Amino acid sequence: MDLTWSPEEEAFRRAAREWLAAHVPSPPLPSGDTRAGFAAHLAWERELFAARWSVVSWPEEYGGRGASLWEWLIFEEEYHRAGAPARVTQNGVFLLAPTLFRFGTAEQRARLLPRIAAAEDLWAQGWSEPEAGSDLAALRSRAVRADGGWRLTGHKTWTTRGAFCTHLFGLFRTGPQDARHRALTYFLVPLDAPGVTVRGFQRLDGDEGFAEVFLDDVFVPDADVLGEVGQGWTVAMATTGSERGLTLRSPGRFLHTAERLLELAREVGSGAHRDRVAQAWIDAQAYQWFTLEQVTAIAGGHEVGAEASLAKLFWSELDVRLHETAAELLGPEAELAGPWSKGFLFSLAGPIYAGTNEIQRNIVAERLLGLPRR
Amino acid sequence: MRFRVAEVDAALAEAAGGVLAKLTEPADAVWRGLAGAGVLGALVPGEAGLDENCLPPLMETLGHAGVAVPAAETIAVGAPLLAELPVLGGVLDGSVLLTVSLDTEAPVPFAADADLFVVGAGDRLRLFRREELGITPLASVDASRKLARLSVPSRGGVVVGEGASVVETAWLRGVLATAGLLVGLGGRMVELTVAYVRQREQFGVPVGSFQAVKHALADVVVELRFARASVLAAGWAQAAGEADTGVRTSAAKVLASEAARSTARAAIQCHGAMGYTTEYELHRYAKRAWALAADWGGPAEHRALVARALGLP
Ligand SMILES: Cc1cc2nc3c(=O)[nH]c(=O)nc-3n(C[C@H](O)[C@H](O)[C@H](O)COP(=O)(O)OP(=O)(O)OC[C@H]3O[C@@H](n4cnc5c(N)ncnc54)[C@H](O)[C@@H]3O)c2cc1C
Repeated sequence: MDLTWSPEEEAFRRAAREWLAAHVPSPPLPSGDTRAGFAAHLAWERELFAARWSVVSWPEEYGGRGASLWEWLIFEEEYHRAGAPARVTQNGVFLLAPTLFRFGTAEQRARLLPRIAAAEDLWAQGWSEPEAGSDLAALRSRAVRADGGWRLTGHKTWTTRGAFCTHLFGLFRTGPQDARHRALTYFLVPLDAPGVTVRGFQRLDGDEGFAEVFLDDVFVPDADVLGEVGQGWTVAMATTGSERGLTLRSPGRFLHTAERLLELAREVGSGAHRDRVAQAWIDAQAYQWFTLEQVTAIAGGHEVGAEASLAKLFWSELDVRLHETAAELLGPEAELAGPWSKGFLFSLAGPIYAGTNEIQRNIVAERLLGLPRR
Repeated sequence: MRFRVAEVDAALAEAAGGVLAKLTEPADAVWRGLAGAGVLGALVPGEAGLDENCLPPLMETLGHAGVAVPAAETIAVGAPLLAELPVLGGVLDGSVLLTVSLDTEAPVPFAADADLFVVGAGDRLRLFRREELGITPLASVDASRKLARLSVPSRGGVVVGEGASVVETAWLRGVLATAGLLVGLGGRMVELTVAYVRQREQFGVPVGSFQAVKHALADVVVELRFARASVLAAGWAQAAGEADTGVRTSAAKVLASEAARSTARAAIQCHGAMGYTTEYELHRYAKRAWALAADWGGPAEHRALVARALGLP
């Protein structure tokens, strides 16, 4: 065990901290899940990119700093500590980009990655459909062969910030329905293509952060198939590891919420809440240690796989507990609109998206413990 | 930055694991076997040359085996205090049984059988021989812990440690070791339960294919894995002398105690009536888990210590 940072890592931390201290918008931006807020967030993300802090772990040729995983974690910790805005480009940066690095052609990487880094192309995730949530392999949106490409028809939903994005990555059926996950293909679709209709709708917190996307005979060239035809499931599952595990859920986010909770407790708390606050803080620390353990394993060449489900279960339940504890502390004030009530409503989504926690428990039981499927 | 057990520490745990794979009973034979493998002197200055980083993996291995030996008391706390004394040889070869009590109000594990006792009072740690103390054996849920209540004379004994920081170190090592044992116990209970629910059939299928059973086990695995990472982090903090060592150690003990209790509960439930019998080995691990969850400070006590360190009202 060696939990000390090297002098280079400490220097990296200082540089990130200094830059963030000088640039993080104050007062905080409006929610990025509203149209006006989204525009303000984009301006911020372009500033981040101009200073090369938007994709620190990417190679320099794509706009990154070639930072190590450890440095990336450090950056995330500083980012959250500084109270910097949530990343509205996260689907492109944290879900599509890792998939492009792994499955994309050289042409796709060169064409798409710099635009993701620069917050020029804004990507939405088009997986779920009205009849295909947990049972994603049941999806019905189809792609049929056309001259030089494919024609896409179908209906995607619960697409985060779909109404504000410019592009969609998603799964479409390229074979028979009963072939389930064996006949899917991963497509990249511009949302301004003829035949695309996007309708925004409200989330639980009232923001217009969701959208349905209707596709009616939308043409996509062969160059925008990601991975092999018929291999969409494999490509998509490689992405779920990122979604559940590390990349979206840096411990910095929960450590920062735990710190804010401590401040709140010192301000308004009484002995009645002491245990819950202490426990919430203990759990946020545990999440950090577990993450460091996983990052060490990844850095040593280990594939995280089903272990990402352990992390997903823990961070999502932790986020709910942190916010419920804040609500306890706030008492009747908890009802007022503000960062804590907003955060509480959002925390309730964690156990649902990126594969519900019930599905994660099945994965842990079947893949890590070897219990029989049914 | 490297969150991984170092080779020397893993080697010690492996040596212990090798002994435990060959010897499972009786406890004193296992203890002598561990002594023979050099495990007992892990933290004794001038012996193995290890620090607290070795405790989490070692204790996890010992907890997993579930043998009734004074692992936390002797290896983590007592033996390192005897470095200068002639009795050390007997303790390290397993012929002299040592236990520790930093809270003389509480029942003391292994006290009914021990030959030597390290007893803490105030800022002082003293070593007594059995005949110098009053010892009242107590019946307990985990009968193999050989509990007794001590009556300690206000004078006498040999001073083996003095000063608040020496006592604090002894306490933190005991807490850490106990947390490690709990993680190991939890892991063993999960293994037993997984094996059982895979072969036990009801309604024509293994009960392990039922989602209620799967989810109960998945939840405790999450608790255990996060507790384990926290125990490793606490071990490192102790060895490195980090400023927040006390908080990290308390946090680890809270998580390990809660995880082991949840696991005992889920394991018994998933075994059905088979879990509610002493015919089968699960009960031993569950009883040890309940005992150790409360030993060296239960979750409420450690949570309160964390709360105080964080300045909570
Ligand atoms: C905030 C938020 C953002 C989202 N963003 C996107 C996005 O950008 N793109 C996108 O494609 N999707 C997105 N989603 C959708 C998300 O992926 C789905 O909600 C999720 O996969 C669950 O599907 P469902 O909602 O249809 O629930 P259902 O599958 O209908 O499940 C309903 C309930 O039944 C349970 N259940 C279902 N199957 C099982 C089973 N086998 N065993 C046990 N329990 C089961 C579930 O756990 C759940 O409790 C988002 C969701 C939320 C909440």
